[in-house]
Amino acid sequence: MQEIPGDLKFMKSHEWARVEDKGTVTVGISDHAQSLLGDLVYVELPSVGDTVKAGNAVAVVESVKAASDVYAPVSGEIVAVNEALPDKPETINEDAYGDGWLFVIKPDNLAEEQEELLDPDAYAELIENDEH
Amino acid sequence: MTQHTILNATHRALGAKMVDFGGWDMPISYGSQIEEHHAVRRDAGMFDVSHMTVVDLHGPRTREFLRHLLANSVDKLKVSGKALYSCMLNEQGGVIDDLIVYFLSEDFFRLVVNAATRDKDLAWIGRQAAAFGVTVTERPDFAMIAVQGPNARARVLDLLTPATREKAAKIGKFVAVEGDGLFIARTGYTGEDGFEIIVPEAQAVALWDALRQAGVVPAGLGARDTLRLEAGMNLYGQDMDETVTPWEANLGWTVALDEGRDFIGRAALEKQKAEGVPRVMVGLVMDEKGVLRHGQRVITPNGDGEILSGSFSPTLGKSIAFARVPAGAGPAGLQVDIRGRQVPVRVVKYPFVRDGKPCEGV
Repeated sequence: MQEIPGDLKFMKSHEWARVEDKGTVTVGISDHAQSLLGDLVYVELPSVGDTVKAGNAVAVVESVKAASDVYAPVSGEIVAVNEALPDKPETINEDAYGDGWLFVIKPDNLAEEQEELLDPDAYAELIENDEH
Repeated sequence: MTQHTILNATHRALGAKMVDFGGWDMPISYGSQIEEHHAVRRDAGMFDVSHMTVVDLHGPRTREFLRHLLANSVDKLKVSGKALYSCMLNEQGGVIDDLIVYFLSEDFFRLVVNAATRDKDLAWIGRQAAAFGVTVTERPDFAMIAVQGPNARARVLDLLTPATREKAAKIGKFVAVEGDGLFIARTGYTGEDGFEIIVPEAQAVALWDALRQAGVVPAGLGARDTLRLEAGMNLYGQDMDETVTPWEANLGWTVALDEGRDFIGRAALEKQKAEGVPRVMVGLVMDEKGVLRHGQRVITPNGDGEILSGSFSPTLGKSIAFARVPAGAGPAGLQVDIRGRQVPVRVVKYPFVRDGKPCEGV
């Protein structure tokens, strides 16, 4: 299992969010989530320009085993998606916190909404409890 | 209570991800199930299938009993060691289970039945056997390892003593021999050549380790499922059950309507055949991205059907499935409802993959 980078925030549903220097939020699924799903074979991404609401399903990742919705951790506008993923969904298995990012949101209400997210320690505890 | 095979600790030591499968704690994969799939298609992989139930039948009237019990005809089994795939039906023609029967001698046949159906199978077989004076003995003392792939047989043969190797090297498909304490059958559930080896529990871990040292890749139930689907093989509980006849599950080839043989379910099957089979099973390929999955709705010009087994095919790089649809539907104009999106699919003849290669038209 990959170590959880300290600059990430998490949803209970296993999405990670990284607030970049320019104020945008990069989103992916956690290494724990990719490990539960197994080999990913298909990714359905939102479109650039879409408006998304925190807690709503905006993408789908599918493994051989199962399909899983990906929820937006914060509200705002999609300003980038990872174009490389549809052809190489296994990138998420290989590097969930890096090259396996899914999309970038320009947030509307970051200060308030990021309070709802878990810090790495709290997320580590959550998945620890999951496993027992 | 969750049951463990004798290889459970071995799987865990290899870092396998374990899941519950019909009450058994089994490895779904040891890392990447797609890589395990390719290992079987291209070289050799092995599966712990010790959860499957081995049942020995003894008694002078065993063949007569099996003529009654099974929809396929055990009269096709003339040489000791020969195996046959068959459905075991209820009176309505519904499938209680699918199984392999081995003919060993006139008073000794062996069945291998599914794990998830063990209890009802043993109850049914026991009930039917009484009238024939056949003794039904489950063999929980056996483990089973399936070694599959183009190089699987060679890897196994290398581990055998010369006398057993000579015998095992000669057997044709769907034949078993015994030697070195092993029951070695040239059968499988992947569409590749290979052996399924029934091994006494005490020998099982050593055999697994020796195979691994010989380069055979451990593969989990995840790869087993995609391999058998590509090979066009049904999974009990997903593609057929007691509410489905062999005609509706594309298993008509396993039904022998040989003259004068009164097998359980025969009358119902003949009636359905005469009246017309309302639903049929077809193979589907989806060229668009996404994955067909069990339970999805199939929209046809003749009414709705449903996806039975559906998955991603690692060999084809796209999704394939079995579906049960109203008779006469297709081949054109079928769509599958995937989370509210109607996606076109093609009806194809299966197997989807044979001998490691995509089949024509797929």
